[in-house]
Amino acid sequence: MKMVIAIIKPFKLDEVREALSQIGVQGITVTEVKGFGRQKGHTELYRGAEYVVDFLPKLKIEAAVADDLVDAAIDAIEGAARTGKIGDGKIFIQPLEQSIRIRTGETGESAL
Amino acid sequence: MTKKLLSAGLGLGLLAASAAVLAQDGAAAAAAPAAAAAVEAVPALSAGDTAWMLTSTMLVILMTIPGLALFYGGLVRSKNMLSVLAQVFVIFSLITLLWAIYGYSLAFGGEGRFFGNFDKLFLLGITADTLSSMLKTIPEYVFVAFQSTFAAITVALIAGAFAERIKFAAVIVFSVLWFTFAYIPMAHMVWGGGLLAADGALDFAGGTVVHINAAVAGLVGAYMLGKRIGFGKEALPPHSLTLTMVGASLLWVGWFGFNAGSAGAANGIAGLAFINTILATGAAALAWITAEALMRGKASMLGAASGAVAGLVCITPAAGFAGPMGAIVMGLIAGPLCFWGVSGLKHMLKVDDVCDVFGVHGVGGMLGAILTGVFCAKGLGGIEPEGYNMAHQVWVQLKSVALTIAWSGVVSLVAYKIAALTVGLRVSEESERQGLDITSHGEVAYTR
Repeated sequence: MKMVIAIIKPFKLDEVREALSQIGVQGITVTEVKGFGRQKGHTELYRGAEYVVDFLPKLKIEAAVADDLVDAAIDAIEGAARTGKIGDGKIFIQPLEQSIRIRTGETGESAL
Repeated sequence: MTKKLLSAGLGLGLLAASAAVLAQDGAAAAAAPAAAAAVEAVPALSAGDTAWMLTSTMLVILMTIPGLALFYGGLVRSKNMLSVLAQVFVIFSLITLLWAIYGYSLAFGGEGRFFGNFDKLFLLGITADTLSSMLKTIPEYVFVAFQSTFAAITVALIAGAFAERIKFAAVIVFSVLWFTFAYIPMAHMVWGGGLLAADGALDFAGGTVVHINAAVAGLVGAYMLGKRIGFGKEALPPHSLTLTMVGASLLWVGWFGFNAGSAGAANGIAGLAFINTILATGAAALAWITAEALMRGKASMLGAASGAVAGLVCITPAAGFAGPMGAIVMGLIAGPLCFWGVSGLKHMLKVDDVCDVFGVHGVGGMLGAILTGVFCAKGLGGIEPEGYNMAHQVWVQLKSVALTIAWSGVVSLVAYKIAALTVGLRVSEESERQGLDITSHGEVAYTR
């Protein structure tokens, strides 16, 4: 099992959710985050005070995925989240030691 | 039935007024012909004037709570929102109280150069039927109430400068001292028959008494408190410009009570002050955002709101003296000048005046006070005082500005010092980082 973590542009959420659903990943967790890579921030001006804000709003999507679905998941996210411009985001894969469904107590891949 | 009550009221009022006038020692000689004149032109309660003054009073109250509270509140960080709201609300409650107890008497009782007298301590001698000797067609209680709101908002204005790091107790101590030794004498000198009035200084609704006075106190406070932690390094942006806009709008609408109410009656001058308050404000807002767009590339909402307030401050001393077109010109100058006040000047002064009290009220107030001497000219559509000479009048205005700055500056310095020595001025670093809402007031403005 792997935890697939993707940082994407916020407006891409629906497309990514749809794409993951189509390959069989039903459950995801979404968090609102701030971050930057190479994409520049913006400048805010309040009367005499100028602030350069590096951080941009992004979404972090986490999905626990069975090993045989990982490649498909990566392709799905990449295809759905890409715009071709700087700031599209990144995908990280982390090994997942265990997974438990709280309602039933199932563990392992049947809990995904 | 009402007519009988009215005549009885008038009779009582006249009796009370004459009694008060005749009772004053030093003024007895001057009072006799004045009383005789008063009997000739019977001061009669005007329902129209009274209704307008009651309304104006309420409008000015709205300017402070919630107008000013929200205007300032939106400019600070969310962890300090309640502290700003609390300071303004409590200052309003406190100063109006003190005004009734001793402020009114010291400001408007008697004709000393700097202070009045204690004759009307606790509003002694005034009844519901007493007519004001200053505004002869309205009840004295109404005049007291109207003036109380001016005192309160002046002190509340200062809070914008020392926000986000001052101790609540220090705000109270400072407010009482400054109200007593800076606001009251200024009000007396300009409106209560003191030094500046005798000199011929023109200040229709309080450019000096309110705005320059408060602005200097704010500037001194900002210096004495020191900069906020992170100033110049971290981003300390406003947490709700939405509320700031709501506050600014309430200020604009309420200001009609401030300016047009300073006419003291429902008459043509009130109408003039009213229309000036529309025109100068709009002109200043447009001029500010134009300057902004040219200098920075974008016209901002905060710029429009700030420009409007700058215009309002500028027209305050001139509201009943300048003509409408003069008001527009004054607004067009105030906008860009105050924009410089909150940017260029602020950087030059190296001060952390959180809500730009000095940049807007100080610069705008000084500009307005001086321009009042210019735009009251008949040739410029204004209403000239007798024997008017523009150069002389501008000189008189300058003197009044200088006196205000000096007086307020010295009193503020001492008042802050006393607060520092008694209760301490600034909160601890830990408290400042956590936020005043939770550390000073045990509350949180916004739950997650």
